[in-house]
Amino acid sequence: MKVMAQMGMVMNLDKCIGCHTCSVTCKQAWTNRAGTEYVWFNNVETRPGQGYPRRYEDQETWKGGWTLTNRGNLKLKAGGRVQKLLGIFASPVQPKLADYYEPWTYDYQTLIDAPLGDDFPVARPKSLITGENTKITWSANWDDNLGGSSEMGHLDPIVAKLNASVRRESEEKVRFELEKTFMFYLPRICEHCLNPSCMASCPSGAIYKREEDGIVLVDQDRCRGWRQCITGCPYKKIYFNHKSGKAEKCTFCYPRIEVGLPTVCSETCVGRLRYLGLFLYDADRVTAAAATPDEGDLYEAQLDLLLDPSDPEVIAAARRDGIPDDWMDAARRSPVYALAKTYRVALPLHPEYRTMPMVWYVPPLSPIVDVLSSQGHDAEDRGVLFGAIEALRIPVDYLAELFTAGRTDIITGVLQKLAAMRAYMRDVSLGRDGDPAIPAAVGMSEETLYEMYRLMAIAKYADRYVIPTAHVERAHELEEIGCSLDFDEGPGMYESGPFGEASGRPAPVAVETFNALKQRQTSDTAMTTTAGGELRGRVNLLNWDGNGAPDGLFPGGPPEPGTGATTTEGQR
Amino acid sequence: MSTFLWGVLPYLCVASLVGGTIWRYRYDKFGWTTRSSQLYESRLLRIGSPLFHFGILLVFFGHVGGLVIPESWTEAVGVSEGLYHFNALLFGGLAGVCTLVGILILVYRRRTTGPVFMATTKNDKLMYVFLVAAIVLGLWTTLVSVGAGSEAHNYRETVSPWFRSVFLFRPDVAAMAAAPIQFHIHAIVGMLLFALWPFTRLVHAFTAPLHYLFRPYIVYRSRDRQVSGSRQARPGWSGIGTTDRDRQR
Repeated sequence: MKVMAQMGMVMNLDKCIGCHTCSVTCKQAWTNRAGTEYVWFNNVETRPGQGYPRRYEDQETWKGGWTLTNRGNLKLKAGGRVQKLLGIFASPVQPKLADYYEPWTYDYQTLIDAPLGDDFPVARPKSLITGENTKITWSANWDDNLGGSSEMGHLDPIVAKLNASVRRESEEKVRFELEKTFMFYLPRICEHCLNPSCMASCPSGAIYKREEDGIVLVDQDRCRGWRQCITGCPYKKIYFNHKSGKAEKCTFCYPRIEVGLPTVCSETCVGRLRYLGLFLYDADRVTAAAATPDEGDLYEAQLDLLLDPSDPEVIAAARRDGIPDDWMDAARRSPVYALAKTYRVALPLHPEYRTMPMVWYVPPLSPIVDVLSSQGHDAEDRGVLFGAIEALRIPVDYLAELFTAGRTDIITGVLQKLAAMRAYMRDVSLGRDGDPAIPAAVGMSEETLYEMYRLMAIAKYADRYVIPTAHVERAHELEEIGCSLDFDEGPGMYESGPFGEASGRPAPVAVETFNALKQRQTSDTAMTTTAGGELRGRVNLLNWDGNGAPDGLFPGGPPEPGTGATTTEGQR
Repeated sequence: MSTFLWGVLPYLCVASLVGGTIWRYRYDKFGWTTRSSQLYESRLLRIGSPLFHFGILLVFFGHVGGLVIPESWTEAVGVSEGLYHFNALLFGGLAGVCTLVGILILVYRRRTTGPVFMATTKNDKLMYVFLVAAIVLGLWTTLVSVGAGSEAHNYRETVSPWFRSVFLFRPDVAAMAAAPIQFHIHAIVGMLLFALWPFTRLVHAFTAPLHYLFRPYIVYRSRDRQVSGSRQARPGWSGIGTTDRDRQR
């Protein structure tokens, strides 16, 4: 047993309102740059729908992920090592820009420069690729909220698979009539897999998994732009920066995670649906688990990899493998471990790709609840809900294709737990005694169900994000130090260069500014009187903590003849 | 003049190639990439790029065979001059034509596809001039040899000894000077191309990922040991897109 730690995420899909705040903040933080205009490390898809890039789940076309050889060994779906090298001169399976979308901007300058005239000036869309006028025909979420409609629904690879499948007993096909339609949102980031096929595809070996926290990163200095990772990733979550010629991907906001802050997408999530925490897993068994013969067993195999951080044997092995005690503590409090393994309500996205993804999803009950309430049923009644989960086959089949490689029994089990939680907690919140038969029906105790409710419905910030900070030898430097050139009259003073403010090389910005700011804002003393001492030269209102009036907050008034007079004035 | 061309220039070019590569590797790892344009256009690339690359690989091995292996060795294993020459011209010519057709497709694609042309730097254009020139001149030597039939110049008695002598630091200037003009021009352009090599996108050839065949699939690496939280600004963070439109105006 080799114990390794992995930062993981769970998203509770019932809570996603599809507001795209995570996508927008992520883009602002990471891909608001030349060459990555079309890149969304985080995107929110409406399902059923094509996703981004279009139909990325159709692995017969895109050749992402792993497959098994006849002898039962893992093999990249795009081919073996020799085959991949031979195809390197023109990567055979590569999404085109049109499969994502052609990014654009607007010619805002016209609005300002247009001569006076009768017509209102119009900012025309300009392609960010060619610079020419363009017609906007698609984008990363063009089919937003159109999921499940007859116009787009049939383009979903999963719908196509379901309709072609022989696995389903019922003859019923997925149709998109109004009364049968369903949809939900699926936010996606890089899965930071335990068995990443992007990494295995990289000819240069530039993609690596960090030993400490399992975050998968691209070494920008070693990437040579062969683009095999883009083929390799079945989730199409590695992108090609067409300006720098390098692959880029979601970083799990590692600079924030290292100092104990949640990722940008989690922090800004309006629905508070994301959970961050540690998994411990057995690195020695990953390949064997990924090579599980039956796709339907992959979810269980993946769950088996996760180690119980309270198990004395695991604790001893973790200590041997150099996992610090505070990380073990965080692993025991990990909300993602609780949701995935203890309560077993979080499921991996597409386990059949055999990459062992580490971003998990609580499948949504809402497609079923929506149908029930639209038909006038009581969608919080246990009997009605349980019956509906059995009866509404299509949403269940669809979710099973997404999260359990077609195993509807697992999906049904999870949905029943969510339904039980709903039904049980209604009684409690109405002041009645909870019905112990409800948790018992899904194999849980009342206490466990209540704990699950606390974690999923109350979802306090501190419970959602349990992030141990990285260990560095120079831990004292974690405190905000600013730039070493920022001494008085030094070149870095006021963080401006010789050609005015913001010129010259950018000064490194510490993420800890956020923590320091929070500390100042929540402390009772004015900033000027704390140990930090005087503010440097002038007041930045964005940093002002609202406590007291630091020097320079107000501009100096006209010189008074007697200084004593002003003092008494002020004191009165 | 001969002394400079065949006794000095080779060393200048090798110095530029080796020194430039080391410099580039140390100071511009981030810029060390193929700068693929497949995202912009892939239909022509699918044909042109493999044609060119496999062609040039064959051409490379042909050159190694012709320049490095002495004539006496091949004769020792019973390959006569005529047989060797016939093969060299046939396969070398075929590989050369593939390479030339491939690069012509690629250049055509680069010129006519808007986004690809916009992503083409001055550096690229200079490189293309030398690369295409070297290929064309190489094919010219082949053509001349084919035209001359059995009277063709045997470069393995002039160019090859000179090439080997350069690496023994005793350049055989006289041998090279005795070769016909087409070999002279081809060699000069070739040397200049190698001198230019480290400063162009051609560097990607030096990091051909052969180690992919042997490395483990999953790569674990420890976190960078630097101060957490604060980081230097990195390349690749230039602002979004208005430069393209500026260039249009």
